[in-house]
Amino acid sequence: MAEVLEAPKKEGLFSKKNLAIIKDPLDDSNPVTVQILGICSALAVTVQVKPAIIMSLGVIFVTAFSNLIVSLVRKSIPTRIRIIVQLIIVATLVTIVDQLLKAYMFDVSKKLSVFVGLIITNCIVMGRLEAFAFAQKPWPSFLDGIGNGLGYGLILITVAIVREFFGSGSLLGFKLIPQWAYDMGYVNNGLMMLPPSALFLIGGYIWWQRARNKKLTNIS
Amino acid sequence: MHSNRYTFIYAIGISVLTAIVLATTSVVLKPQQDFNLALDNKVNVLKSVLVVANTPNEIEKIYKEQVQEIVVNTKGEIIPDIKVSSVVLKDELGKKIEDRKLPVYIFTTPKGEKNYIVPMYGVGLWGPIWGLLALEPDLNTVKGAFFDHKGETPGLGAEISEKAFQDKFIGKKIKDIDNNFVSINVIKSSAKADFGKEHRVDAISGGTITSDGTNNMIKNCLEPYLVYFNKLKN
Repeated sequence: MAEVLEAPKKEGLFSKKNLAIIKDPLDDSNPVTVQILGICSALAVTVQVKPAIIMSLGVIFVTAFSNLIVSLVRKSIPTRIRIIVQLIIVATLVTIVDQLLKAYMFDVSKKLSVFVGLIITNCIVMGRLEAFAFAQKPWPSFLDGIGNGLGYGLILITVAIVREFFGSGSLLGFKLIPQWAYDMGYVNNGLMMLPPSALFLIGGYIWWQRARNKKLTNIS
Repeated sequence: MHSNRYTFIYAIGISVLTAIVLATTSVVLKPQQDFNLALDNKVNVLKSVLVVANTPNEIEKIYKEQVQEIVVNTKGEIIPDIKVSSVVLKDELGKKIEDRKLPVYIFTTPKGEKNYIVPMYGVGLWGPIWGLLALEPDLNTVKGAFFDHKGETPGLGAEISEKAFQDKFIGKKIKDIDNNFVSINVIKSSAKADFGKEHRVDAISGGTITSDGTNNMIKNCLEPYLVYFNKLKN
């Protein structure tokens, strides 16, 4: 904590305010359930838990580093073309991740191919760049990226757990519902395999979250 | 507000900069990626004959000792001096049947039996699908199958790349008793058809378009090889 000693008024790296930047997106300002961003990929990649986890890791990486880079160069970006500049930065990051995966983690990249590309169009990434990184210092921006990535991942994985369990009777590929249950007449829920089920589940989550979290009741 | 000049220079600058970064990454990582792709293809060929190899060395060794690659034409003649890796299936399928080059992998089992492996390429719902079909020495019974895809829906069409689906092909037959080609049909279990159980595999529920794609792929890619197979038998 050398920085703190040199300049006592400066905030610590993990001050209360900075920790709040990470924690807020998990609940109070969750990107999916409160800001309603990134819904499209939440519907597409939540059929199984594994792709959902890997997608979350990818999004955390991209939001964190695109926030950091944009925040570093924010003063030099011409305002009229800022969206294009942000998009270039995001796309470059995503492409580098994709290339690295292909070279060093080929098995993972085969499972991910489509999902990695999808991160470029994830509204959360651009949303955070516009709303946060463009006006804040690099370190809080970096934390904000991680926080929002985590908030997105939380919803993604929760939805994926429900969908995989009821849709395929398994979690992470392990069969959980025993064969005798199927022999007795149990049937996997076909709706859970289809994208609309994620919409219902996210809707249910939002309902539960607003009923529980008093801060959110007056928002809409 | 920044001047037009600044905006233009900034836009050009960032484009050039990111282009250089991406081009460098691509060039530096290309050899490693190509190596992975080649290795992956070898693993898939071995998977189709139900051989499991894990380490890269093991894969290279088994492949070198037991797999032979040849290219034939639709008259069943071997085309010399062509490498299998130089044949692009996607392009071949666009040509007339007479002009196609047909790659074949021949796997020799430790007992000395020869399995003939046919590579396949087709379309699924979102993009290309491909696979390998391995035949027993009788050139009729399926020894094993392997499928993969670029971007089919996980849990639905993407199931074609799961072992559970691929294992259903084992023991199926591509010809009927009268030696007519019937292929292996990927259709609904309740669908009525005039061929027997040994020619059909259950389609994936929720993955109809991918299943149809797999069905067509097997038929289209296997048929041109029949001349070569008949020649081998006689």
